[in-house]
Amino acid sequence: MNIVVCVKHVPDATADRKFESDNTVDRAGVDGLLSELDEYAVEQALQLRESREGEDIEITALTVGPEKALDAVRKALQMGVDKGVHVTDEGIAGSDYLGTSLVLAKAIEKLGAEKPVDIVFFGMASTDASGGVVPAMVAERLGLPQVTLAALVQTQGDQVRVKRDGDTATEVIGATLPIVLSVTDQSGEARYPSFKGIMAAKKKPVETYSLADLGVDPGEVGAGAATTSVEDTSARPPRTAGEIVTDEDGSGAEALAGFLASKKFI
Amino acid sequence: MSEVLVLVDHVDGAVRKPTFELLAIAKKLGTPAAVFIGGAGEAADAAAAVKKYGAEKVYVVDDAEIKGYLVAPKSEALAQLVEKTSPAAVLIVSSAEGKEVGARLAVKTGSGLITDAVDVAEDGTATQSVFAGNYTLTGKVTKGTPIITVKPNSASPEEGEGAGTVEEVAVTISDAAKTAQIVASQPRQASGRPELTEAAIVVSGGRGTGGDFAPVEKLADALGAAVGASRAAVDSGWIPHTFQVGQTGKTVSPQLYVANGISGAIQHRAGMQTSKTIVAVNKDEEAPIFELVDFGVVGDLHSVLPALTDAVEARKG
Ligand SMILES: Cc1cc2nc3c(=O)[nH]c(=O)nc-3n(C[C@H](O)[C@H](O)[C@H](O)COP(=O)(O)OP(=O)(O)OC[C@H]3O[C@@H](n4cnc5c(N)ncnc54)[C@H](O)[C@@H]3O)c2cc1C
Ligand SMILES: Nc1ncnc2c1ncn2[C@@H]1O[C@H](COP(=O)(O)O)[C@@H](O)[C@H]1O
Repeated sequence: MNIVVCVKHVPDATADRKFESDNTVDRAGVDGLLSELDEYAVEQALQLRESREGEDIEITALTVGPEKALDAVRKALQMGVDKGVHVTDEGIAGSDYLGTSLVLAKAIEKLGAEKPVDIVFFGMASTDASGGVVPAMVAERLGLPQVTLAALVQTQGDQVRVKRDGDTATEVIGATLPIVLSVTDQSGEARYPSFKGIMAAKKKPVETYSLADLGVDPGEVGAGAATTSVEDTSARPPRTAGEIVTDEDGSGAEALAGFLASKKFI
Repeated sequence: MSEVLVLVDHVDGAVRKPTFELLAIAKKLGTPAAVFIGGAGEAADAAAAVKKYGAEKVYVVDDAEIKGYLVAPKSEALAQLVEKTSPAAVLIVSSAEGKEVGARLAVKTGSGLITDAVDVAEDGTATQSVFAGNYTLTGKVTKGTPIITVKPNSASPEEGEGAGTVEEVAVTISDAAKTAQIVASQPRQASGRPELTEAAIVVSGGRGTGGDFAPVEKLADALGAAVGASRAAVDSGWIPHTFQVGQTGKTVSPQLYVANGISGAIQHRAGMQTSKTIVAVNKDEEAPIFELVDFGVVGDLHSVLPALTDAVEARKG
């Protein structure tokens, strides 16, 4: 079985994330890491392998991004993934969702040329763009069924069962491999790399692909091919400090009720 | 004027409020045309509902088969409609499903996609709130048919009768689109409270509730509010995941957000920072949530909330 996990390198969400003057995300000033939500995807891929004992299952971590994005692949290797693929090319800079999904799809096709890909795992959304749309786009491009936002993934043979917590209902979805899956942070805590894992990762193979390697026309990706443009970015004005009171024998509730009444909420 | 397609968000034909908000935005951009995709017998009610909010046209894709599948058939149907009507834009509610329908439509039509817009101007410029609400971004679709997913509560629904001309549309759904099937579905139980993403007031509880959500729920009911929660409360099993507010839960932008026993982690803020008025009750005066509030009470929620609920009831008379 051949499994691919798509992992993105993102600016640390707990740091002070900014835009550059040209309205692109400042990726230099803020430390980057493997998107926390993609760790859940790596975890589910590893658990799936553990649940299918005795089978020959290879897991590849795939990232598209600049030089530093390789760190995301490294973390996945440390967690237990077998090999890494890093697609990097000047021509990719400034890609929008359409461009990114095209490059991912082409890379997955290339990986599948040797041995067909059975499952492509994604995180539910990247923690920077947080569109939650790349998995659906890749599924569309590959012509594969998609089941996104899985809280629970089970497989048996070529059958897949997914539980998801929808807006209006809890659903069980059934599908057949090959498939595109995205998993939520409800799917189970991701493991920490062990010391052994960190050492082993150093010896694991990582391949680097350029656009030419994937047969992608540079005219189809990057800033030049973008289908959306950012016109302006501005920092939200900080909220003006509010009034803070300390509750003493019910005074807090009275004061808060007074505030809510002054704002006509009650 | 060109048509602006609005994909109707509905449950078994009952149209959800965000659709009416999209119709109000569509009026600014062109001629509002609703697209109803659903099973037989559901279309009539839905068409009547969107007509009341200004839909000039209602395209009905009546295909009982689509219902049992996920987003792929819907995006195929919508792509065929886009082909047929060459609309000025396509507006979709920014739910998980809506975004994915938009995503696949964007690939099919080679069009630009903007997700999670909180406003769309007459010229199609969309406003988004990014990085946990710390930045406001404006942008435009520059290629193809603009596909914009809009967050609930981003516009006020405007009543005003449209022509509501119903046009049945036959679409062909490929077998490939019918590969992931819903085998079981358990509808969420109605809480009797407003929908979290649509509510004017949200009262949330976190780890500080210690697992007892009763004070939070009682205050919510006194205020006519929806109940929300932090991930810590959800992970502890105190309340289902659908109530979670934040990066991996719902984004809310109500008139009033009341955070109780919630520290205010960046991932929680991401889901509530754009609320108009924010108040908090927390026993730790150093809690980061206090950096956001218009009014804060340092105190124990187990005593403050019941007293506040009484005070609210008393003022209501
Ligand atoms: C990838 C990722 C995604 C995440 N997504 C989300 C998300 O969508 N939503 C979300 O909420 N979190 C999310 N989190 C988790 C987030 O980082 C915090 O851990 C979480 O929000 C903390 O919840 P809390 O504020 O209830 O708990 P805590 O941080 O433990 O805070 C509890 C607060 O309650 C106060 N308190 C305790 N007892 C009382 C009392 N009796 N009266 C009054 N106050 C009291 C304490 O002073 C404290 O401030 C995410 C984290 C990650 C890594
Ligand atoms: N540049 C990228 N490289 C690898 N995977 C990505 C990339 N961008 C997005 N993804 C995957 O797509 C998911 C959703 O991303 P998004 O649609 O941007 O929220 C992420 O959780 C990743 O699994």
